[in-house]
Amino acid sequence: MTEKHLSTQFDTELSGISTRVLEMGGLVESQVAQSVYALTNFSSDVAADVLRNEERVNAMEIEIDRDLSTIIARRQPTARDLRLLIAISKTIANLERVGDEAARIARTVQRLINTGVSSRLRLPVNDLAYESELAIAQLRKALDAFARLDTAKAVEVLKQDDQIDQEFDGLMRKLITYMMEDPRTISSSIDLVFVAKAIERVGDHAKNLAEQTIYIVRGTDVRHNSVESIESIAR
Amino acid sequence: MDTKVDTSVTERPKLAVRGLNFYYGAFHALKHINLDIPEKKVTAFIGPSGCGKSTLLRTFNRMFELYPEQRAEGEIMIDGENILTSKQDVSLIRAKIGMVFQKPTPFPMSIYDNIAFGVRLFETLPRVEMDERVEWALKKAALWNEVRDKLNQSGSGLSGGQQQRLCIARGIAIKPEVLLLDEPCSALDPISTGKIEELIHELKNDYTVVIVTHNMQQAARCSDYTAYMYLGDLIEFGPTSELFMKPKKKDTEDYITGRFG
Repeated sequence: MTEKHLSTQFDTELSGISTRVLEMGGLVESQVAQSVYALTNFSSDVAADVLRNEERVNAMEIEIDRDLSTIIARRQPTARDLRLLIAISKTIANLERVGDEAARIARTVQRLINTGVSSRLRLPVNDLAYESELAIAQLRKALDAFARLDTAKAVEVLKQDDQIDQEFDGLMRKLITYMMEDPRTISSSIDLVFVAKAIERVGDHAKNLAEQTIYIVRGTDVRHNSVESIESIAR
Repeated sequence: MDTKVDTSVTERPKLAVRGLNFYYGAFHALKHINLDIPEKKVTAFIGPSGCGKSTLLRTFNRMFELYPEQRAEGEIMIDGENILTSKQDVSLIRAKIGMVFQKPTPFPMSIYDNIAFGVRLFETLPRVEMDERVEWALKKAALWNEVRDKLNQSGSGLSGGQQQRLCIARGIAIKPEVLLLDEPCSALDPISTGKIEELIHELKNDYTVVIVTHNMQQAARCSDYTAYMYLGDLIEFGPTSELFMKPKKKDTEDYITGRFG
């Protein structure tokens, strides 16, 4: 929001809540990175950290939601301000789910370690690390687009979601091959299928975030539209 | 400015304003306004003080003619006739297009006579029918239950909100087609305001309602269409839900989001 309201207090409230959305975004981004780090390094400690931080993510969602209600009740926002607040409400729900995916990965890591799986068992964890890098980059870009209300960047996020999907499909084929070649890996490979799916979902949430940024700026709900038509709306 | 404003509505227009200019002496207060007021809908005029919204409302029943230095040019069509040049008696125009003002203006007479007074100007009704009309108007204005036992008491003994509903009852008693409300709630408390807004919602079943309000939330709550005016220009006109969610003009957005000033 570049131009100021008559009420500077309202400006402070809006910029304050946007900042906290970005903080929450930063936290879940690091949660995803940490959970994948825990996986690639078979670190039970890091996985435990992720699960502890999950509570912070949940608390942030509730706190931001409460502030949203307060702003709506007190300010009766309209137009762009109202769209911003509605979009934030959806954005934090998506971020919270990204946090859930990270926690899911962390729990999987702990289970793998508890059942005696270690780095000695040959598993394609590095491929998962690559998929997660793509997803984290998408998430970061979506948060960046939100921070700058940059629709061009939001469209980039939507366009690049395919890459994660392709990576996910590739991983599936690879895991199936592992399972066929060495049946001892079946149990842990199935766990990794769920991890890959969790990472793929992070990419989907990043996409949802990007759609919300276009809604704030253009006032058009672009969910469930093709990337091509969204691009023409966002321009 | 006027050429860029999309004023077309899908509803049938009750009032069609074309090329309307208005002057207070040398001051050009309304600048080439084009606007269709849809029938049996609530249309709200919003804008900062001095934007011309009340002036526009007052042209609709030639209220400005009370002041010699004020003049209007252009067309305000109702049922195919231009209000501004009509040879019709102005009181007949005002019977068709009623008005309620910012401050409640009950006549210094009984509640019953406040309603009957206007009716007697246009109709000669037997006592029973007049009683029915008074009851009907007071019921329409959601005031009947509060005053049914004191119809002979003075209208000025009522609370502000009741007085305003009495004025609305008086306005609708003569069965106008259009009801103009000039800041009808600005002197009222939230409860009375809520009752008037509820009433406005009821009234649009039978009447075309035009409301001027300083309170944007009120426009958002009770109107179907909203016109945003600024310095005598009609900046934007459209369905209220669109204007408050996704205005087309940046000026409108700045005003409704409070970035104006």
